[in-house]
Amino acid sequence: MSEYKAIRVAYGEALAELGAENEKVIALDADLSHATMTCTFAEKFPDRFFNAGIAEQNMISMSAGLSTMGYIPFASTFAIFGAGRAYEQVRNSVAYPHFNVKLAMTHAGVTLGEDGGSHQAIEDIALMRVVPGMTVIVPCDANETRKAVKAAAQIDGPVYLRLARLPSLIFDNDMPFEVGKANVMKEGSDIVIFTCGIMVETALEAAKDLEVKGVHMAVVNIHTIKPLDQAAVLKYSQSCKRILTLEEHSVIGGLGDAVADALIGNGDFKFKKLGVQDRFGQSGKPDAILKEYGLTKEAVINEVQKMIN
Amino acid sequence: MNISQIEAKCKALRLDIINMIADAASGHPGGSLSIVEMLACIYYYKMNIDPKSPNLESRDRFVLSKGHAAPAYYAVLGDLGFFEKSEFKAFRQLGSILQGHPDAKKAPGVDASTGSLGQGVSIAVGMAIGAKKKNPNVNVYTILGDGELQEGQVWEAMMAASHYKLDNLTVLIDHNGLQIDGQNEEVMSLGDLREKFTAFGLECIEVDGNNVSQIIEALDVKTTKPKCIIGNTTKGKGVSFMENVANWHGKAPTQAERELAQRELEGMVNV
Repeated sequence: MSEYKAIRVAYGEALAELGAENEKVIALDADLSHATMTCTFAEKFPDRFFNAGIAEQNMISMSAGLSTMGYIPFASTFAIFGAGRAYEQVRNSVAYPHFNVKLAMTHAGVTLGEDGGSHQAIEDIALMRVVPGMTVIVPCDANETRKAVKAAAQIDGPVYLRLARLPSLIFDNDMPFEVGKANVMKEGSDIVIFTCGIMVETALEAAKDLEVKGVHMAVVNIHTIKPLDQAAVLKYSQSCKRILTLEEHSVIGGLGDAVADALIGNGDFKFKKLGVQDRFGQSGKPDAILKEYGLTKEAVINEVQKMIN
Repeated sequence: MNISQIEAKCKALRLDIINMIADAASGHPGGSLSIVEMLACIYYYKMNIDPKSPNLESRDRFVLSKGHAAPAYYAVLGDLGFFEKSEFKAFRQLGSILQGHPDAKKAPGVDASTGSLGQGVSIAVGMAIGAKKKNPNVNVYTILGDGELQEGQVWEAMMAASHYKLDNLTVLIDHNGLQIDGQNEEVMSLGDLREKFTAFGLECIEVDGNNVSQIIEALDVKTTKPKCIIGNTTKGKGVSFMENVANWHGKAPTQAERELAQRELEGMVNV
């Protein structure tokens, strides 16, 4: 029986768990604690929770100040505001001095759904990836989220955690998690798909169907976009020669470009980036949006068949 | 340090500022000169610090929110011995610990990287929240420019300072009335600052920001609220040809201008 849990819910639980283990951990939110689920932490540790109100820029810079006092702040809001609106605070208050602040931003990507394009961050990976010294992690399920939260607290410096809104499939908890080390979800020799976040499930479903058709697709979960697991990217690219990337993010600046950067000068490949094709999101049921933007099992299979033939 | 000692110190700091900017042929003299008294009173009179242990947890914190006034900041930190004064020569040069705007990763004694206006005061608010939890004896000071008050983030920070009852926070405003494009009142008028800060829940005190005894008195005022000291200052203070001239916001003096400023600051010429 498959189990589902929203990554943001897992984040709230993991943060509360971490709070019990480490009293330096504090949380900040910008009036969205019941959506980002930092409320789970706030209920347990009211003295270590700070609401900044609807003032994301101040929240990020305050987090920077709190980190200088020896705390490990986890600042949360929607990705569009945390990585977008407060981008320059992230860059200058937090990352430029390499302060120990964790940016755990939820409702990332188009599956935020009905609220529409204004709220759907499709460029946050690009924005965070380009900042020197920033670690960028996109967990694929509840278990990986819990491990990523714990791992982020062990890193001395800024970390961006990109967290999804909707319930998503929980994979095997035995799966290892090491920052910067990709997880191979399925072996394959005809084509490789590098993916992350909630798209891992989509890629695996496509791979399963393709297997029936006699196409062996490797599925590699790149949970850490930065630093990228170059060795895994090179290994699977060179053995498969055909490469797909799949992300719930713009094809500009995200996982696809990170993989492309790693491949430049390292061989001849057929390479295609699947993701949001340089357009904004829009309102709709998440499933309908995913279909509209080509982020489905069918879209992956279709692309694979084009590349194989 | 007493009042006359601080006043003497201010003169020496001004010379360092002029020389630093002239050597670099780049920098911001106007707003560096205007904050000298406030900065000196904070560091030489008020703050609990040990330059030999710049990371001591129990130290007071300072954030130069108007980071472009870095030469004034470096002059004080160098004088106190956080680093060698010989570093002044490398201000704004490749590889220097003295970056164009304060860099916490590079310069000892600098607690936050600033320069992007409006952010420093928020960082100071975060420090003050942390200090209240960890060590109630730690005080946090920050200096903002008046033009900087046009950044909305400043008011987000003031709201938070009041909300979290940060009686350990002192916000000082360098109110010299000028910014790059001209007078505040022409560029974007600030209105009644005293009323604004009071409305945001701060204890507001207005002083002559270039008058050491007035600043000290204001710093010593006890209050249960976060404190705001509006220092009415003269941009370019101490160098007659720079005073109240917006154009000296971000321009380095030539060699001739440096010498003129030096002679004036050393009291060799009357103006």
